[in-house]
Amino acid sequence: MPEIAVRKYSVTVEEIFHEGGPAVATPLKRGAAVAVIANPFAGRYVEDIQGFMEDLKPLGLAMAQRLLAAMGGDVKAIEGYGKGSIVGAAGELEHGALWHVPGGYAMRELLGDAKSIVPSTKKVGGPGTRLDIPVTHVNASYVRSHFDAFEIGVTDAPKADELLFALVMTTGSRIHARVGGLKASEIKGEDGLR
Amino acid sequence: MKASIRKIVTILDETHSEMGQPVAPAIRRAAAVAVIANPFAGKYQPDLSELIEIGEELGDLLGRHALKALGIEGEAVQGYGKAAAVGEDGEYEHAAAILHPKLGAPLRKLLGKAPALIPSSKKRGSLGVMLDVPLGHKAGAYVRSHFDGMEVRIPDAPRAGEIVVAVALTSGGRPLPRVGGLTHDEVKGEDGLR
Repeated sequence: MPEIAVRKYSVTVEEIFHEGGPAVATPLKRGAAVAVIANPFAGRYVEDIQGFMEDLKPLGLAMAQRLLAAMGGDVKAIEGYGKGSIVGAAGELEHGALWHVPGGYAMRELLGDAKSIVPSTKKVGGPGTRLDIPVTHVNASYVRSHFDAFEIGVTDAPKADELLFALVMTTGSRIHARVGGLKASEIKGEDGLR
Repeated sequence: MKASIRKIVTILDETHSEMGQPVAPAIRRAAAVAVIANPFAGKYQPDLSELIEIGEELGDLLGRHALKALGIEGEAVQGYGKAAAVGEDGEYEHAAAILHPKLGAPLRKLLGKAPALIPSSKKRGSLGVMLDVPLGHKAGAYVRSHFDGMEVRIPDAPRAGEIVVAVALTSGGRPLPRVGGLTHDEVKGEDGLR
């Protein structure tokens, strides 16, 4: 299978202090690591693409490590996650799905025994396309305070023959979470849901 | 109606071929999108119950609109997702109040057996902001062929005092799924995961 040819990385971290309500002492952090790579399947229909998922694992791990470092480096501080992909115009939506296994692997490898499914989304788009990446709690998908989303995008990517892959992490609940539901403190942490 | 609705937009997309390969039957994805007034625009409102009830109302209303656009029975729907965008005078948490506590139950009621978490995303933004609605299988969140996303954009919404709320339903997964994992035919549909 082809080598991973990275054109660029981009890491973004937001620190949120308040949103019109009471300010918090420790700001919420939300961050994304993005990699723009060459799409080895661009421009034609390739039936067998599964092997590329294995090839992407080291890239995923490197991105997760970059992101964690940018967010302060403390694994225990990460409470939410998500992932997504944007496929350039000469590629196929299915190429974006290649990110499910390596993206999930990267987060779990770094965060220990995170139990929730890593929420995700994908699309085909041109340079500058934006993507809303869904976010949930790392150990229990139904923790309502941690349902979140983070918009990513790179002005000059993906070009037609590129793939853009993203990982997102957050350090806590929405800043003024108050719509009830399962709390992070109530998690049983067995099934990844509650 | 508790919600003051300015407009409802329904979008149907049908994919008949992808990368030169025929997709038969065509995959249908429908999004029903409501533009509503935000009753709490411009102020910090601790109690969000009114928005929670609006969410319940919209789960049924938008679910029916999307189902009608798809033109299939509720039982035949395979994938779903939801998202909201809050105008600039509103708060991020307003999206959470609409989406998470009560929107799901009336929507699921239209769709037969639908135990899986409804994937979601949210953001704050201006007129024409893009929403990526994450999609997942309604009976098993780990069905890999159904991890998908649908982009929704209303050019004239949300105005500062409005909220855009979207519900998306699909007749299937990605057009040419071939990255392995759990399939539609293998879902047990008991725990919402597999």
